[in-house]
Amino acid sequence: MQAGKTSSVIRKKHGWLKLLKGNQTVFRRPFFWVIVAITLAFVLIPGLTGNVGLRANLWLAAVYIVLATNLNLMIGYTGYVNFGNIAFFGLGGYVGMYLIIAQSWPLWAACLAAGVVVSFLTLILGLGILRLRGAYFALATIGVSEAVKAFVMNFEPFGGATGMYMSFEKFEALGGARHALWVVYFVVVGLMGVSLVLSLLIKNSKFGLGLFAIREDEDAAVVLGVKTPWYKSLIYSASGFLPAVVGTLYFFKNGVILPSQAFDLTLSIEAIVMMMLGGQATVFGAALGAFAYEQFRGFLVVSPVFSQFQLVIAGILLLLIVQFLPNGFMGWVYRKLPWVRKVLE
Amino acid sequence: MSYSLLVSLINGLLMGSVYGLAAIGLTLIFGVLSVINLMHGATIALGMFALYFLVTALGVNPYLAILPVFVGGCLAGFAVYWIAVHRVIDSSDLMSLLSTFAVNMIIIGVGTLVWSTSPYFVKVTLPDASLHGYTIPGTQIVAAALAVVIAVLLYLFLYYTRLGKAIRAVSNNRAAAELMGVPTHWILALTFGLGIAIAAVSGLLIATLFPFTILSGVSYELKSFVAVVLGGLGNPAGAMLGGLLLGLIEGGVAPFINVSWTPVIEFTLFVIILILFPSGLFRVGKGR
Repeated sequence: MQAGKTSSVIRKKHGWLKLLKGNQTVFRRPFFWVIVAITLAFVLIPGLTGNVGLRANLWLAAVYIVLATNLNLMIGYTGYVNFGNIAFFGLGGYVGMYLIIAQSWPLWAACLAAGVVVSFLTLILGLGILRLRGAYFALATIGVSEAVKAFVMNFEPFGGATGMYMSFEKFEALGGARHALWVVYFVVVGLMGVSLVLSLLIKNSKFGLGLFAIREDEDAAVVLGVKTPWYKSLIYSASGFLPAVVGTLYFFKNGVILPSQAFDLTLSIEAIVMMMLGGQATVFGAALGAFAYEQFRGFLVVSPVFSQFQLVIAGILLLLIVQFLPNGFMGWVYRKLPWVRKVLE
Repeated sequence: MSYSLLVSLINGLLMGSVYGLAAIGLTLIFGVLSVINLMHGATIALGMFALYFLVTALGVNPYLAILPVFVGGCLAGFAVYWIAVHRVIDSSDLMSLLSTFAVNMIIIGVGTLVWSTSPYFVKVTLPDASLHGYTIPGTQIVAAALAVVIAVLLYLFLYYTRLGKAIRAVSNNRAAAELMGVPTHWILALTFGLGIAIAAVSGLLIATLFPFTILSGVSYELKSFVAVVLGGLGNPAGAMLGGLLLGLIEGGVAPFINVSWTPVIEFTLFVIILILFPSGLFRVGKGR
């Protein structure tokens, strides 16, 4: 009896591990090494040259890549349009900053706590709102994002509408402000690599196949035995973890967190634009789109001619992608050069 | 105290009918095209600035301005349909959401260039009503009355004209309507224009009450979402009732809690209603 119980526990554990089945050979995939190379480039190029301007540029790109890649898990893989994805980032930032400022937690613990808290809340929330499909779900995510924003703006421990400011002494634990900025940058680049690998692992797993089945036809997926409520809640929750951690790091670097920045609905949509630009449901596409969009936006902001038109140009770009290139840049590349699929996923 | 609550409720109800009108614009488009119109807020803002232009530059009576704004809104919506929506109408939700959001970005971008984000104000003076020392602005009463009139006119159009019948047919079953000889794409374009025009007019009515910026539309867009969900997506009569209910909630809680908490209540309610009653709270206009 006892033995039977133990073995069933093991089987159960193994059942969850099996979700990532199909990845025993992840090191043999060329794309894994592409991710490693990209991450190393992000670390080495500014690290060796010590170029702070370049670091600032790549910092934002890395943050965007994390946001777009995790959003891709939801929209690209599962087909559920999450318009409130910025709430993960913003709420994570708030939880982390609160722990750092008010409770004097070390940065790493605050990051971890932010990720866990946001993931947990998302899991609970997901079990409710993921019963909705299509446009209804999209609307619910807007509602959730706005509700969280409105709540934070009134919540006194989080500083209300004026936000929270961090004293620069907090940087001392990481060896002073200059050193701390480098540390935070390297950590975010590391997380960027982790989220890309995570996307790759999920894509090639049984779990990922289940998600794709949900995207293609949810009712058929149910009939075929995919546990859709769990799969959806799990991916919803997972897609919130890394953005929350990065949110803490982002606002830690800024030293200040404001509700208008943390829950900017425009950034939510921009993350979708990035993902669409590169190609939804592809790991490389989402990252490339985020990188390209960040460079493009940086160019528009500093250009004397175009800085006024930044929003207009981004809008026109989005309209053109949606109308003429719905599968994004990588979708177009795959169609023209099918062999690329062997290297990039 | 009880009078302050009563006046607050009346104010809420009056605002609510304007919210309801805006929500009708949104829900009409969703009901017929199955598109969530994310340029709704930008359209409301454009309606506000159209009023400003017509009143300050051309000296038009603010309430007569409704007519040109309605026609202009219809034409603009018609154009946007053929440019941005037509190609994506049959693909996934994400595409139409992004398409209308792209138009939204373009409008907001151009609007910011032209008008910056500083506030504008259209001065409309009407005698105020008063109740036991509390005043209810006359502009608010007129705006609410006009919103209801426009909603009723829309109802009559949808239920008592041939074109309205065609719109309802397309909403019900597009393929069957096409088989019956309805030019569905023109009906879709017309409906989109109608939805945009109604949103613009509701923006105009709001602009007679409060100062506005090009970004003001966003908060009214979110309120429209709440009203639409309260009434059931795609149900115009429900949207009006949802707007009124939203106004009553705003008016009802205003005397008791800080006004900044209202959005927390609204959006929490929004999510809860969406999960528990996805087809809305009301059963009007849906038959049995």
